[in-house]
Amino acid sequence: MSFVEYGDIIKDGDTAIVFLGHDSMFPVKVQHGSVTQTKYGVIRHSTDLIGKKYGSKVTCSKGGWVFILHPTPELWTMNLPHRTQILYSTDISIITMMLELKPGSIVCESGTGSGSLSHALIRTVAPTGHLYTVEFHQQRAEKAREEFREHGVEHLVTVTNQDVCKNGFGVSNIADAVFLDIPSPWEAIGHAKSALKAEGGRICSFSPCIEQVQRTCLAMEEYGFTEINTLEILLRVYNVRTISLQIPDLGKAAEDNSSTVFDSSNPSNQGSLCTNLQQGTVQFKSGVPLREMVGHTGYLTFATKS
Amino acid sequence: RKIIFEKQWFYLDNAIGHTYGTTFEVTSGGNLQPKQEVEETTAETKEAGTDNRNIVDDGKSQKLTHDDIKALKDKGIKGQEIVQQLIENSTTFRDKTEFAQDKYIKKKKKKYEAVITIVKPSTRILSTMYYAREPGKINHLRYDTLAQMLTLGNIRAGNKMIVMETCAGLVLGAVMERMGGYGSIIQMYPGGGPVRAATSCFGFPKLFFDNLHEFPLSKVDSLLSGTFSTETLPSEPEDNALAEESNGLTEEKQISLQETEEESTTETAMEINQTEEQDTMDINAEDVELKENKEKQNKDNVREKQRKQWERRKKLIETAALLREKNADGLIVASKFHPTPLLLALLEFVAPSRPFVVYCQYKEPLLECYTKLRERGGVINLKLSETWLRNYQVLPDRSHPKLTMSGGGGYLLSGITVVLDKGKSDSSNLEGLKMEEPSSKRCKVQDLHC
Repeated sequence: MSFVEYGDIIKDGDTAIVFLGHDSMFPVKVQHGSVTQTKYGVIRHSTDLIGKKYGSKVTCSKGGWVFILHPTPELWTMNLPHRTQILYSTDISIITMMLELKPGSIVCESGTGSGSLSHALIRTVAPTGHLYTVEFHQQRAEKAREEFREHGVEHLVTVTNQDVCKNGFGVSNIADAVFLDIPSPWEAIGHAKSALKAEGGRICSFSPCIEQVQRTCLAMEEYGFTEINTLEILLRVYNVRTISLQIPDLGKAAEDNSSTVFDSSNPSNQGSLCTNLQQGTVQFKSGVPLREMVGHTGYLTFATKS
Repeated sequence: RKIIFEKQWFYLDNAIGHTYGTTFEVTSGGNLQPKQEVEETTAETKEAGTDNRNIVDDGKSQKLTHDDIKALKDKGIKGQEIVQQLIENSTTFRDKTEFAQDKYIKKKKKKYEAVITIVKPSTRILSTMYYAREPGKINHLRYDTLAQMLTLGNIRAGNKMIVMETCAGLVLGAVMERMGGYGSIIQMYPGGGPVRAATSCFGFPKLFFDNLHEFPLSKVDSLLSGTFSTETLPSEPEDNALAEESNGLTEEKQISLQETEEESTTETAMEINQTEEQDTMDINAEDVELKENKEKQNKDNVREKQRKQWERRKKLIETAALLREKNADGLIVASKFHPTPLLLALLEFVAPSRPFVVYCQYKEPLLECYTKLRERGGVINLKLSETWLRNYQVLPDRSHPKLTMSGGGGYLLSGITVVLDKGKSDSSNLEGLKMEEPSSKRCKVQDLHC
């Protein structure tokens, strides 16, 4: 396995994702002789995992079972150990597309944080691109390096431990794109500009507060960035449910009642509706929003250097 | 070549040799290259009102008449100067607030100072453009939704992807961009051939097309049941071709209608492409050549066609072999068709532990698809989702959301394949039960994640 290449068989040293049920999974480092406890029982790595195919169903000691999945940046994002607040796949998707990243792109990022975005960036720019990521917190930088090594992507990333606002990215005129997720991005815009290629490139800054965005936009304008655009993206997830609604008793005769309901509800939506005459209910499938409230992650400000 | 864009017409000849991102001003016919940044006319009398209590809309604030303005335009006066004239002749301009003055100037500039920036094609540019200009052609797939598809599908170099789309080739192009010519793509197409109008706008190098395969959707069933043979379909036109040889010209027309359905679609695709090009302002001289070639080809002999037929069949056999391995690294579906049958069939070609993403403009077909996939089994982590996109205006003291785009961006159903159990119904039941866990528990799990 590697985060940048699919493998079929689980091997010693791999990072695999144990899938217990919807939204319930965790990463595991596969090692000979090692065991993992789950609520369905014990998984013995040597016999249960190594040599099996990714995507297999593994039966645990208590008779329960789990699926073992090949790691992807998205699964990693859902399961990684948090050292900081992280970016989720919804924001990552739009960042990747708006920064125009593709194999071969050179990207600068700061800060590295928990490495959620880093893994996605590496995936996209591999095999010929490179990620230069700057983290001013020494312990986090060290931990990120270790993870990249474990995940078989260390050749695609350089982690630098310094303050991006003071010392920049440690590279100049080589980047196709720059991403900033720091408290004061406006202090790093100058460094971002010098990190970008002379012929131009794209920049993105992620900030939770509008005041930060305000100052960032002013700084971008000052440094001659064009196409400045701020947006926000929200994810809505739906639960698929079969809902049944009761037919009200309006005092009509039984036969009459059922036929009118049937007629009025069916022509438009024949397949998905079904009337249960005995119980006096109408059943249908619905996508029900998971939560009532959509959260706010941050504003994304994009711009072009040309 | 003459090109029309936003009620202006111009030739692109002058734009050659400049870097991408260069801004041009349109003169009568050709392109003129002005400076990157025009010095703002900040020599304005910084005189401004504080509110609009005395501003009356009497329709007489602008002292220049419609004819005056037209006269200025006809004289070929620079747009910048016209704007200046408009400001000077506006009686209310000085009474307006600073912000309103700013807004007034911006509006007039937009109208009179026609500038055009030429940019490099990318998924970002093309998907934004298609959504704004031709949403019908791409099934209203909004660009942020496309971005989600690429991420959820783990699209990257080295993959073997299956793509089924009727989005003018935009989704295909986006996948190709992310794969950078590494790995392979099998495009499943309905009808006579794949549509790649948008794909050609990307200007991919030839190398990217080496590992791009196509396979007719109508052959999927026979491929799955093992009755697929290459003799069935493509041999037919060959017979026609033979007949044509003896019967002469009259038949030729018929044949080009029947047999080269594929060619005709690509041809129309190219015509579309040309109009698109005008939008992106990106010329691709090759296309013109290709079209000329096509015209010549009509007169060309039948041998050429036969050879093409044979080549096409060879490619078809190769693609079928690729599919038969059933080890694809992912499936992307974004079409005008009902997604359920597509998914149930095409998932057979995907290896276990691989992501798949289905786009649909409507939620209801995906609800059904969700249920059918649960019944089938072999998939986990099914998720039905939608994204909302909100753009902001960020200006000093004037920051606010611009517009909300909801609903119109379509819906996604994504998941991960797993090894299909032998006791199929049994496992799907269990899996189904698991899914029906009360929502309160689900919320808890999510809270833990945050």
